[in-house]
Amino acid sequence: MQFVKDRLQYLFKSTKGLILVAIAMIGLETAIFGMLSGPMAEFGIRDVVVRLFRMDLVQAEREGRIIILYHSIAMAVVAIEVYIITGMLKMKEFYRASARVLVTIGYLMTMIFGMGFAYWGHNWALHGLYIAGLTLIFFAGLILTFALWPWNREVYQPDKAYSRTKNGVDMERLAFFAAAATTLISAFFGAIPGSYFGNGFEVFLAENILRYPEKTTMEYSVIGHLHIMLALIAIMITLIIGRWMDFTGILHKIAMPLMILGTIVLSVGVWGVVTPLEPVAHMIIYVGATPSMLAALMLVIFGWDKLIRTGTAGIEKPSPWQKLKALVRDPLKFGPLWQMVFMNFTVSGIGIFMAVKLDEIFRLWPAREERIELTGHWHILSAIIATIILLYYGDLIGLKGRVRKWYGWSIIILSDLAFASATIFEMKRLFISEAEQQPLVNTVMLLADFGLGMLLVILAIVMIWRLIDLFKKKGRWAQEVEQDDLTTEVEL
Amino acid sequence: MKSTPWYLILAIIFISACTSVNLDAPIPTYNTGVDSESWAVIQAGEFLSGQFDEPVKLDYDYEIMVTDVTVAQYFGFLNAALADGTVKVDADKIVGFYPGDEFHAVKHEIEISPGEYIFIPLNDPASRFTFDGTKFTAKPGYENHPMTNVSWFGAWGYCGYNSYRLPTELEWEKAARGSTDSRPFPWGEEIARNNANFYSSRDPFEDMSSLGSRTSPVGFYNGQIYDGYQTLDSASPYGLYDMSGNVWQWMANIYEGQHYRYMRGGSKDTYDMDLRIWVRNNATPTYFSPGVGFRCVRGGE
Repeated sequence: MQFVKDRLQYLFKSTKGLILVAIAMIGLETAIFGMLSGPMAEFGIRDVVVRLFRMDLVQAEREGRIIILYHSIAMAVVAIEVYIITGMLKMKEFYRASARVLVTIGYLMTMIFGMGFAYWGHNWALHGLYIAGLTLIFFAGLILTFALWPWNREVYQPDKAYSRTKNGVDMERLAFFAAAATTLISAFFGAIPGSYFGNGFEVFLAENILRYPEKTTMEYSVIGHLHIMLALIAIMITLIIGRWMDFTGILHKIAMPLMILGTIVLSVGVWGVVTPLEPVAHMIIYVGATPSMLAALMLVIFGWDKLIRTGTAGIEKPSPWQKLKALVRDPLKFGPLWQMVFMNFTVSGIGIFMAVKLDEIFRLWPAREERIELTGHWHILSAIIATIILLYYGDLIGLKGRVRKWYGWSIIILSDLAFASATIFEMKRLFISEAEQQPLVNTVMLLADFGLGMLLVILAIVMIWRLIDLFKKKGRWAQEVEQDDLTTEVEL
Repeated sequence: MKSTPWYLILAIIFISACTSVNLDAPIPTYNTGVDSESWAVIQAGEFLSGQFDEPVKLDYDYEIMVTDVTVAQYFGFLNAALADGTVKVDADKIVGFYPGDEFHAVKHEIEISPGEYIFIPLNDPASRFTFDGTKFTAKPGYENHPMTNVSWFGAWGYCGYNSYRLPTELEWEKAARGSTDSRPFPWGEEIARNNANFYSSRDPFEDMSSLGSRTSPVGFYNGQIYDGYQTLDSASPYGLYDMSGNVWQWMANIYEGQHYRYMRGGSKDTYDMDLRIWVRNNATPTYFSPGVGFRCVRGGE
């Protein structure tokens, strides 16, 4: 009994245990439900999975299933961010514990009951529990936002090396607070139309209505919700990586106000789509995205410079080659920042290009092609966030030596191979005709599937290793159960 | 040398992406026994429309073609229309007159003013005809395949020339679904690979290593066995074939504030989810593709 109690204590009460459970749940869900679409359906694997798990897939309910699938994965990611933030930032123990308890129960309910509802017959009791799970996550968010309140003298920033106001208000904490608060408000933009459409049982995927010139307020709200939530999750992970890298100095002082400004303006722009601001909402969104991206760029500059300086310490005049070696010496530190840079090629760059050439190029293609581009680029953004979390997690569990290098480089190379292939797939019509595309499609799909598949294999290996570790008396888990405070993990 | 296999594998993968496709590769020829000149009568009455089964009533009878317009039928029209001056050659395309649409200057809307618009391209390698300057001939084996690489104007032109018209979305949907239930596919609740021609459906016309998916003859999925390939009878309740898969079908509707034209039915190039009856696609009316065709209706409004 003590054996089980100790392990449960680790898995559901320690920071690292909670993160492990959430990653394992996401990995499991992705592995099972990823086999229901795309090439896996093509190869006939979907039919096997459906039979094996006795799923009940009604054709007219596909869109609803996908919405619940996205939400259940996203909520687990949100939970991971809550664990990290509550482990990294100073706050009262009551708030820390409450936020963690609520978000954990919330995401598990969302995932288990939501997926049960969506894929195994529409049992409305399960749907109710799914909604209850989302509600608990919202309350966890409320508590977290309250706990992050930056105008509290106890959490003022005493160190002038960090961004802070004259009075000492910690601007980084303010950035976390702004992201948490805007996330809460943005949740309403999904909850309200969700209830509206849910009551009529008329769900839709945003990408399927993209060319309709007249959209209802509720439709705009759904489109806004999905965009801003993903953007805010990305902003939050950027702030987390900044804290982990001990982002400091002049760049930090410039970046944090920019991040706060960007977060607020971006959110206001997105909320504006359901107000009379709609005609200029996109302009506001661009204005908001720019400072946020600039802040991320400053983090990258700071982080890479730090990696180079640390790696060349002791060399009087390091050559460019030595600097490069120092930069890429540790893939777990280099990786998250590189993924942020790589995102510009596969997500932001594509998005901007599409916006600029929309009528000239993309709207001349059929709507289904435009849908591929849109869904492709935000799937890539979601996956990039996931890889950043995995790289961070590798450091968190103390991977060292060759395992650290193999784990880190595998994630970077395999994921980027997949993302680059998916980007070529999205943009293929620019350089190849429909009739002649098949060999190219085969190649990029093979590379994308290989990259993502191998990534899941690596994740599975780590999870199996951690599972075996749980059966050891003095396993790694026994050390991690004591390492609750992630501020000790921050490089100072 | 030790790492050569990896480089080799990568090189092979990248080279395979650049392989050229022989668009004139021979295609199996089958007589499906389905008459492409036949029509089905759709009687006035209610049916369940869309994904959420909204009851809709069409208060008139109309007839709809049992199959998509074939390559042979279309070139019969083009040869006649070229001879009588209804259409003409304009550089690398066949064009015909279209009277234009009302323009509302809505965001992203492009004005379709009266003028001559493309019906079909002449030099597209995916086209299934030869043209000697005066006469079109279908490429051997494609005569009974659906006409593709035809713009919305080209589809509209064909129907109008024969005193038919393109179906509205509701007319098409009722013809595909019937009036008794809310089936997602014309033949019923589920889809199997031998129900329709869709992406990677492993039909005799596709070669996923090179050509990808190609069209199948109209009415191919009628329960017959073709050289050992067993099809399922996939007619709609009104006896229509290829209402899901093979080619997207142009619809008649012109919506206020939009220049886009809508398509229904999914195609040889889409996954099975796009073959569900309520799924819509759209493109500019000048768009043409090897995966887009049409059928006509007559009577009714």
